[in-house]
Amino acid sequence: MNELYPKASMATLKVLENLGLDVEYPMNQTCCGQPMANSGCYLEAKELAKRFLKIFKDYDYIVAPSGSCVAMVRVNYAQFLEGEEGFEHLKNNTYELVEFLHDVIKPTTMNVSFSYRVGIHNSCHGHRELGMASMSERNLPEFSKIKKILSLVDDIEFVTLRRNDECCGFGGIFSVTQEAVSVAMGTDRVNDHINAKAEVITGIDMSCLMHMQGIIDRQKLPIKTMHIAQILAGEL
Amino acid sequence: MSSRETILNSIKKNRPSSTIELPNTDISHVKYRDRDKKFATTLKSVGGDAVWLEDKSVDEFVAENYRDLDVIVSTYLEFNGSTKDANELETPHLLEDVDLAVIKGEFAVAENGAVWIKNPKNRHRALYFLATRLLIVVDKNSIVDSMHEAYKLIDFSRAGYGTFISGPSKTADIEQALVIGAHGAVEVCVLFV
Amino acid sequence: MGHPKKASKFVANSERMHWHDKALWFVRERRDLATHQLDEWEELRRVASEIKTHTMDRLDYYLEEFEKNATQKGLHIHWARDAKEHNEIVLNLLLTHGAKRVVKSKSMLTEECGLNPFLEKNGIEIVDTDLGERIVQLRKEAPSHIVLPAIHLKKEEVGKTFEEFLNTQKDNCDPTYLTREARKHLREKFLTADASITGVNFAIAQTGGVVVCTNEGNADLGASLPKLHIASMGIEKVIPRLEELSVFTRLLARSATGQPITTYTSHFHAPIEGGELHIVIVDNGRSDTLSNSDFKESLNCIRCGACLNTCPVYRRSGGHSYGYTIPGPIGSTLGASRDLQANRTLPFACTLCASCSNVCPSKIKLHNQLYRHRQNVVKAGLLGAKKRAILKVSSWVMKHPLLLDFVGLVVRKVVPILPRGIVYSKANIWGRGREVPKFPKKSFKELYKERKK
Repeated sequence: MNELYPKASMATLKVLENLGLDVEYPMNQTCCGQPMANSGCYLEAKELAKRFLKIFKDYDYIVAPSGSCVAMVRVNYAQFLEGEEGFEHLKNNTYELVEFLHDVIKPTTMNVSFSYRVGIHNSCHGHRELGMASMSERNLPEFSKIKKILSLVDDIEFVTLRRNDECCGFGGIFSVTQEAVSVAMGTDRVNDHINAKAEVITGIDMSCLMHMQGIIDRQKLPIKTMHIAQILAGEL
Repeated sequence: MSSRETILNSIKKNRPSSTIELPNTDISHVKYRDRDKKFATTLKSVGGDAVWLEDKSVDEFVAENYRDLDVIVSTYLEFNGSTKDANELETPHLLEDVDLAVIKGEFAVAENGAVWIKNPKNRHRALYFLATRLLIVVDKNSIVDSMHEAYKLIDFSRAGYGTFISGPSKTADIEQALVIGAHGAVEVCVLFV
Repeated sequence: MGHPKKASKFVANSERMHWHDKALWFVRERRDLATHQLDEWEELRRVASEIKTHTMDRLDYYLEEFEKNATQKGLHIHWARDAKEHNEIVLNLLLTHGAKRVVKSKSMLTEECGLNPFLEKNGIEIVDTDLGERIVQLRKEAPSHIVLPAIHLKKEEVGKTFEEFLNTQKDNCDPTYLTREARKHLREKFLTADASITGVNFAIAQTGGVVVCTNEGNADLGASLPKLHIASMGIEKVIPRLEELSVFTRLLARSATGQPITTYTSHFHAPIEGGELHIVIVDNGRSDTLSNSDFKESLNCIRCGACLNTCPVYRRSGGHSYGYTIPGPIGSTLGASRDLQANRTLPFACTLCASCSNVCPSKIKLHNQLYRHRQNVVKAGLLGAKKRAILKVSSWVMKHPLLLDFVGLVVRKVVPILPRGIVYSKANIWGRGREVPKFPKKSFKELYKERKK
């Protein structure tokens, strides 16, 4: 996020500051270790997990514009950090941005406008591990934290997809080790949004959007991706 | 050591030392206001038909609806239109030419259009699968909501055989195209009397 | 050749890949329709999960109960340590009963044991009677799905196969016509069979019987005509009582195909008149899995196939890309447990999207299992030297923020000015189907620092 998507990162900062929160960005943070963990490199992941804990454990809340990183902390860090001082607090107070707004801050308006047709991409980790929205496979009441927060943006319009929560195919190193399937999945996702007449695909995970944008740019498709923080910050 | 011992010892060695209790299976579940309607709709959706007999005997119903059939057998005692007695055949293979089997069903299940067939007096269970058409006769008051109620009525303390049959045999193995009539019955009708 | 290469080939035929993907998604949608009709669906899953966990934790007790009650009813119980022993027991039973022609209904266990080739080598004719399985048997292919074995085939291909082996009309690929012809062909096999082999969906400890579920009626036709019926089951198929069966019979077909129940759900507690019913209980590595708390849950599988239908990777790569008896998420975890070396690419044939865990009627956390298998792949040194090196280096860089900043700066300055041919060289696998991200001039940290001034 730091290197490739400063705009989305800045937007995240802006959204939080605009809500009157005291926000700090620890400068020596690097990575939560998810790519290592998902590749099975648990020793390397453990080291990065310990590092993450050290950097973030003294904050009241830790907010990230990334569902998969937050899922890493809340779901998968236990294997590495169970019992360590500060871990319980970290686990219970690390939030994805939209989740944080929805569950903790509960704003009634965002004071921004975005008059475009938007397709919500339900990134898998946020969707199924953090419970950001009801999952199509489960027989549970329908809800979407993402849609609820985005609905606070004026003039926004939502499209209806054929497959509401199919994976985009990024999957970390999967995007390279299984390149063919990965691109096929991403292309199908993008086409679902295009067929639903979306102008913008948004989501809570930059990796998904980066993957889909790469496909959009290569195939020169008439749609663009935008991280949800940028919409919430009033970017156009 | 026998294979039996080897396997059981391996299991004993490897399984956890404690466990959870068996859960209560009698969970709150669907109850239909109109069981007959639910059964009929569901059976229709899987290619079968449900009929409630009124002002007619089973014999008359069969005569009217199953004309020009050569071989009819029955395990339902009140039916008199059999062309032969299935129980007198020495091998089940001789039931290969059965056009219609009128068989007794014990009870019906509304949630899935199934009928429980368990008739120790029927000599050859192959009858249920060789017959081209099945007419399953069930007491109209013997219909339950779901499998929870169904299994309360089933008992296998003695050796035997029983089967749930829900509609005609089918397959979608060729390009997902649903074809009614795979290896078992091509037509199934449940007659409530 | 691991999963990635085979999957690439499958994807390359885009029209066919999309056809396969749509066909399976359609089954998933039918599953959703059926499961959404029951308010108690999630409760049923919870109960099923607990029944299975309890049963596995007391598996020896329930198997002994099953054996006692089955024997009391005149059924014969055999125990097989592994695939080899299973096959030998089956062959021995066939030979002692003078059986030369055998009909078999769907059993993934017999696939796992390689039963068919073994019996054929020993002069036994074995005919798979499930329509999908018969089709792939004639084509000398493996099934590509555990419930829909021929889902990878178009009707024209089935038509051609039937022309060759069943003498059907040339170029007639109407599914109804082909099914009717198969019915005639297989009827003859049922009526002339000396023995039948079936799988087991559920073995009931309390009553000592086995339950077999089919839509076609082939298991029942097979088991009700010849006098010898052999039923092969894995040790994990046993459930405590009939009342537990009520839960599974409500979950199985809805999860598999969206039907409320299979056409036939047969409860075998006796052979046919003058016949014999032999049950072969097979371990073949399952009892070892019991000891592994990471993967023990995989034994709770009821083989519905829902995880295959929902898996976006399976839908786009096909069952044959997995190279294991059972494909898809459950196959990947079972295969990795059985032979990590041979199946080392399978835990990675997955984006960890977790859709599989959501559809599993037994609530197996399939995606967690694949995540854990990946750690074992690395522990065993099977990841591949190149990948391991890249991840180690990246991880090291991640521990040195200043270095990471420097690397980032260099990349952001250099890559945009490189010629396209270099950026998108063959080495850039990402770049095959995607553009690389547009590199911004300044990183977030640089902007953040500027803001503070």
